[in-house]
Amino acid sequence: MKFKLRRVIAILIVVAAVLTVVGCGKQPVRLPSEQKGVVINGAGATFPYPIYAKWANEYKELTGVRINYQSIGSGGGVQQIKAGTVDFGASDAPLTAEELDQSGLLQFPMVMGGVVPVVNIKGIKPGDLRMSPEILASIYLGKITKWNDPAIRRENPNLSLPDKSITVVHRADGSGTTWIFTNYLDKISKEWHSKVGFGKAVDWPVGIGGKGNEGVSAYVQRVEGAIGYVEYAYALQNRMTHVKLKNKSGNYVEPSIASFQAAAAGADWENAPGYYVVLTDQPGKDSWPITGASYIIIHKKQKNAEKAKAMLEFFDWSYRHGGGMAKALNYVPMPKAVVDLVEERWKRDLKANGKAIWP
Amino acid sequence: MEAGFEGEREGNMAVKVDSSNEVVMLGRGRVNKWSANKLFKYICAACCILVLVLMAGLIVELIANSTLSVRKLGLGFLISDEWDPVMGKFGALSSIYGTLVSTLIALIIAVPMSIVIALFLVELAPKGLSSFFGTSIELLAAIPSIIYGMWGLFVFGPFVADHVGPFLHRYLGFLPIFQGTPMPVGMLTAGVILALMVLPFTSSVMRDVLLMVPSVLKESAYGLGATTWEVTKDVSIRYGIRGIIGAVFLGLGRAIGETMAVTFVIGNEHKISASLFAPANSIASTLANEFTEADTPLYLSALVELGLILFLITAIFQVVAQTFLKYVARGSRP
Amino acid sequence: MSTKRPIRVRKAINGVVTVMAGSAALFGLFMLLWILYVVLRKGASAINWSFLTSLPSPPGEAGGGIVNAIIGTLIITAVATVMGVPVGMLAGTYLAEFGREGRFADAVRFVNNILIGAPSIVVGVFVYTLLVIPMGGFSGIAGAVALAIIMLPVVTRTTEDMLKLVPDSLRESALALGASEHKMITQVAFRAAKGGLITGVMLAVARVSGETAPLLFTTLNSPYWSLALDKPMANLTVTIFNYAMSPYSDWQEKAWGASFLITTAVLGLNLTARFLARERRPR
Repeated sequence: MKFKLRRVIAILIVVAAVLTVVGCGKQPVRLPSEQKGVVINGAGATFPYPIYAKWANEYKELTGVRINYQSIGSGGGVQQIKAGTVDFGASDAPLTAEELDQSGLLQFPMVMGGVVPVVNIKGIKPGDLRMSPEILASIYLGKITKWNDPAIRRENPNLSLPDKSITVVHRADGSGTTWIFTNYLDKISKEWHSKVGFGKAVDWPVGIGGKGNEGVSAYVQRVEGAIGYVEYAYALQNRMTHVKLKNKSGNYVEPSIASFQAAAAGADWENAPGYYVVLTDQPGKDSWPITGASYIIIHKKQKNAEKAKAMLEFFDWSYRHGGGMAKALNYVPMPKAVVDLVEERWKRDLKANGKAIWP
Repeated sequence: MEAGFEGEREGNMAVKVDSSNEVVMLGRGRVNKWSANKLFKYICAACCILVLVLMAGLIVELIANSTLSVRKLGLGFLISDEWDPVMGKFGALSSIYGTLVSTLIALIIAVPMSIVIALFLVELAPKGLSSFFGTSIELLAAIPSIIYGMWGLFVFGPFVADHVGPFLHRYLGFLPIFQGTPMPVGMLTAGVILALMVLPFTSSVMRDVLLMVPSVLKESAYGLGATTWEVTKDVSIRYGIRGIIGAVFLGLGRAIGETMAVTFVIGNEHKISASLFAPANSIASTLANEFTEADTPLYLSALVELGLILFLITAIFQVVAQTFLKYVARGSRP
Repeated sequence: MSTKRPIRVRKAINGVVTVMAGSAALFGLFMLLWILYVVLRKGASAINWSFLTSLPSPPGEAGGGIVNAIIGTLIITAVATVMGVPVGMLAGTYLAEFGREGRFADAVRFVNNILIGAPSIVVGVFVYTLLVIPMGGFSGIAGAVALAIIMLPVVTRTTEDMLKLVPDSLRESALALGASEHKMITQVAFRAAKGGLITGVMLAVARVSGETAPLLFTTLNSPYWSLALDKPMANLTVTIFNYAMSPYSDWQEKAWGASFLITTAVLGLNLTARFLARERRPR
């Protein structure tokens, strides 16, 4: 068998050249209906990835417009939109008004969700354990180390709590979920505020780190006596044992779409510059204390009017028609009042070549 | 005398002595052999230059993007183990420690195992069994690292926490490295998984080294009444020490930069603990876990500086390896 | 030599070592099978015809597959191979044939060894600054470049090592027959080392086909048909990463299914390489 290495290499080069030509040029082969319409690229937060994927999928069926959203992290989303390598960025942690102005960006909330503390204690079922903000902070500061600590027992006179050490689980990777959780702790605990602060990654006083919500869920479920914090969808999908938290108004609430919406209802969206509204520790008797919104970030000056319009139409459609899908995946749609505010802002601030794009 | 010259269009018309670089001008379209040789050599050299250019590009970019943190954090970066993104305080010590320790664990497990496996494959196993085992172990190298990560997270980590850890804790718990509760993530799990990833590289190279030992040497030793292990220990290993050290450093290179597998199982704690059961972090795992979420220029710069430090560590190991090999080569020349 | 110990002890030591050797080999085999078993068990249920031929679907929806990721990974890996392998082979050829001594070759070797240990995430970020930002977007070609950069030092090293194993007597005979130097290298040395060279290439391909981090920063991913090299391209590793980290069990199953695909493909490639190499090992 004559085996000329050179011939094989030549064939490979030809194949690659053909692929490159085919790839960089127009598709010579017409694939079924997927080829019409614009492609819009977005990247950012992992938290809303499933619902954005769902909306994009539905939207493509309806209009042929393809939205490609990839979860590379909130920080990544901000980096990419600032660099202009994507059409929109997504972040769980909102940018401040100064940061937005510095880069000529517009930011608006797209969807909401909650962060839920979850535990693994023998005999404790979902919603059994009641926690006050102070107890949660003390646990994460490493000050309360056993489940039968008097403070926890006082809060739960009807529960029998075992003499087990508390294993604190937090996120190993930087994330918007951590940002929301630590923001809450920062608000309700002076000690946390001075010692740790809030951010996508912090200097945790105690605990082990899991990679992603998945990692945290995995450890909490494995280790008896563990406590962690995950997005609501994870708690539900993995049937984890969530806790009741005492909110600002003094009521013990369970995480649910209703309690997230209650938290959002009380917020003052109108006067927040750049919609920098953090939904943690919101007033209202039914509000869940660790709620958060996920934001979309786009440039104020758009380069391509047609593409920008298509992008806004997708967001508008998601606002108006995507609520049911969001709830089915355990997310919370934005209330109508906020949607109206946001679309006013689009009308006012978004321009392509000097002309307004919306409506 | 055709010997593979079909490429020449006109065929060999005259024999020429190569070293005089004479051009044989017979027929049409004859390739000028002299310039063809030089051309080939230059093309090859150009590819080598590309390697250098690539390295230079990487270093330049790493340095450029880390100047901010180098200026602000200075040398303290290298000796501090603080890691507070909120306050903007960063220290590389825990990452450097974790990289070195996890790599060390991987090598401590993998190197002796590789020697013994190589011995098995070359001296002890019958031919068919030997190639079967050899192939299986090499296939460990073919498993994508993200699979190692997922397997480590969901299956192996829990196994270590449930069985291996408590065993070590009970019998060797007096040692500081085995104190504390075994967790599914931590230095031990990461080290063992790295060992699995290094094993196929080191064992196949060591096997090749043992295969190259001249039979004459081994047979003389057997003739003197040595056992198989003694022959291996005192003859083969000594003969092939260069290749064996080379294999160790190959494995080291693999372990030190491994990202995906380690990220899933090391725990990402920026603390230095004596216990192997405690979570830790390595430079590569820190980059993977935190790069996409880094939101301040200083944070990003500190992460890039970590990458630069990793390159430096690898370079230092290379220098050590090459100096050691030169020393050994000089020493073993009769 | 340990001639001072009684023969019984030496035989015992030998016996112990033999047992350890066998156990170590068994251990290696066992780990391989364990990993394969886990991947198979978790991923087999996801593998069906629609998985291999449909586009991705959102969580909770039945069906859905990874066909675009399969094609994307094939394209990116193929382009990366074409970019990285020839350059690596020629560089390795220089080191083995022209640069046995000399400071230039030593420098290249030194640098090459460091490059082998470069974390893939660093390469990804490098290509991001090099290609993604100037091009204004993520692209398949950027991902291919990143993978090529990872493959290059590996191919260079293995090419050099394999060519060095070819005995110089073979080279000298060719030259004595009147072959020009470049012909001698390409038609004699290469042919003699063919098996090893192929193994080196296959190892490099196997190494990059499991990489996630570099593609994350260069190619991104896509849930649609993505054949254009200058746009984001679907690929298996990032898809696995996304799905595995999600809370939905159907997506997680798909992640394992895709893992199973990659693992079997890479194992298959490796076995093919070994088979080819075996056939041509010089006696």
